Amino acid sequence: MFPTPIERTSIVTRSAYRIILPASLILWLIPLLGVMLTALRGPGDITAGNLWGLPSQWMFLTNMHDVFTNTPMFDFIINSFKITVPTMIGAVALSCMTGFALAAYQFKGNLLLFFIFVAGNFIPFQILMIPVRDLTFQLGLYDTVTGLVMFHVAFQTGFCTLFMRNFIRALPHELFEAARIDGASEFTIFWKIVLPLTRPAIAALCVLIFTFIWNDYFWATVLIQGQHAMPVTAGLKSLNGQWIAAYHLISAGSIVAAIPPVLMFFIMQRHFIAGLTLGANKG
Amino acid sequence: MNRPISEFSAHSYRSSWWKRHQARITPWLFLAPGGMLFAIYVIAPIFQSISISFYEWDGLSPASYVGVANYVELMDDEQFYVSLWNNVRWLICFMLAVPIGLGLALFLNQTVFGIRLIKSLFFFPFVISQAVIGLIFTWFYEPNYGVIAPLLSLMGWDGWAILADEDYATYGIIFAGLYPQIAYCMILYLTGLNNISADQIEAGRLDGAKGWALFWNIILPQLRPATFIAIVVTVIGALRSFDMIAIMTQGGPWGSSNVLAYFMFEQALSEYGYRMGYGSAIATILFLIMLVYILYFIFRMYRDEQRGL
Repeated sequence: MFPTPIERTSIVTRSAYRIILPASLILWLIPLLGVMLTALRGPGDITAGNLWGLPSQWMFLTNMHDVFTNTPMFDFIINSFKITVPTMIGAVALSCMTGFALAAYQFKGNLLLFFIFVAGNFIPFQILMIPVRDLTFQLGLYDTVTGLVMFHVAFQTGFCTLFMRNFIRALPHELFEAARIDGASEFTIFWKIVLPLTRPAIAALCVLIFTFIWNDYFWATVLIQGQHAMPVTAGLKSLNGQWIAAYHLISAGSIVAAIPPVLMFFIMQRHFIAGLTLGANKG
Repeated sequence: MNRPISEFSAHSYRSSWWKRHQARITPWLFLAPGGMLFAIYVIAPIFQSISISFYEWDGLSPASYVGVANYVELMDDEQFYVSLWNNVRWLICFMLAVPIGLGLALFLNQTVFGIRLIKSLFFFPFVISQAVIGLIFTWFYEPNYGVIAPLLSLMGWDGWAILADEDYATYGIIFAGLYPQIAYCMILYLTGLNNISADQIEAGRLDGAKGWALFWNIILPQLRPATFIAIVVTVIGALRSFDMIAIMTQGGPWGSSNVLAYFMFEQALSEYGYRMGYGSAIATILFLIMLVYILYFIFRMYRDEQRGL
């Protein structure tokens, strides 16, 4: 293990580590702690400049109540789910198929198609913005959840295909051959052999896509205009304009917006990190 | 393949045709839905955007062909150079996320009590939306009620509004952007460190390599895949920076914190008017810059594929 395990170092280093570790964690989390603390306060504390002391009034519930009753925050959250969950299902389903096709079959243009999917991942969104907005208009889907989902599914298919193809390729190819000799159709191989084996990859992709799409801001501003279809990121920004200097409400709203991906991350942590660090340990 | 003649009924002929060819046709059937959607929404728009960049178009009335006029105008647009320069600043400063992430990973790569939770908490900022991080830092920098207000008055810089300062607004945003990016690089390196072979470290230690020498000669080379991915995602992140700028400054004050991605959006879709052609020209240039990185990445993947990795 590198660096030297702390148990094997001198007592001085060990004690220093024991102090520095929590201290650095607190320092690192200060921005987030600040938000949490502020969400507990009333407006009085903020104008009085009491940012780090104990709140003079504990108003967390009042703030939350304010956020949910005086703003469409509840609708924003629902919209975010309506955008995120179908995208997650759509992109993962499509990429199971594309990934399988690119991993299990050799045909002319295989690698080229794969590289196109990969390259699509890295392009700047701005090069897609005008045509995609135009296309969404023409389909009559501008300013709707469906229009946004359609684009997200298409775009995320690129990343998911990269992921799935590499995962399926690492499976033992003899499995497919054996099944073929037993007379299994190609579809049976996909359904009965590949899909059950890719379950960890599917889980990893689901958490990643959930987080990416939940946190999307750009496409929500390009393809959505009204609050009726707006996800929570764009909604928060629009509320920010109304809540001038109402930092206790901004903080409460930010916390609400962050909870779903944070929960997802803590519950599915292993899958999340396995997905994110794909490729960081090979080559 | 020898088939018995008795299989010559129409039905079994068809099924045997399918049997013989299914391995050739199946991949295309599986590729069709995802591939078509990807082609329509991602591949075709690239070419459409490039072609729109040769037109003057407000998005409603018919477009008129203007040749390279949009590009010529861009070359004389001071805002373009400011944005380009800011992209360079983003790129350089954002790179700090890689060594800082590595440092954090080395610091946290221990097995003390509670380290798993501590690692997750360090990673935490990456999970939160950049829009939310942007909001949080905007408030941080607020000169009167912000979190750093007491710090500013301590240093004698009372009321310094970083985000309203032409010279420093970009750095203020980059600093906020680094927060999740460092977390990302850290997690890449933690995974990398986890996969280093213990034998090699022990062998190095037996040979008397310690501390810096051990790190430089044995650890760092083994972390190369992690470093590569960290650099790729950081470059892409820097060139894609949009959310934080949109939330924190809208490119201001006076365009001083603009980057190409936001400049394009502003020209094409905001109160400055709907200049689709001009916006597309900016997007095309941003695309060409990124294409260099994309091609390099693909080239490396291709090399690895050839090696059978």
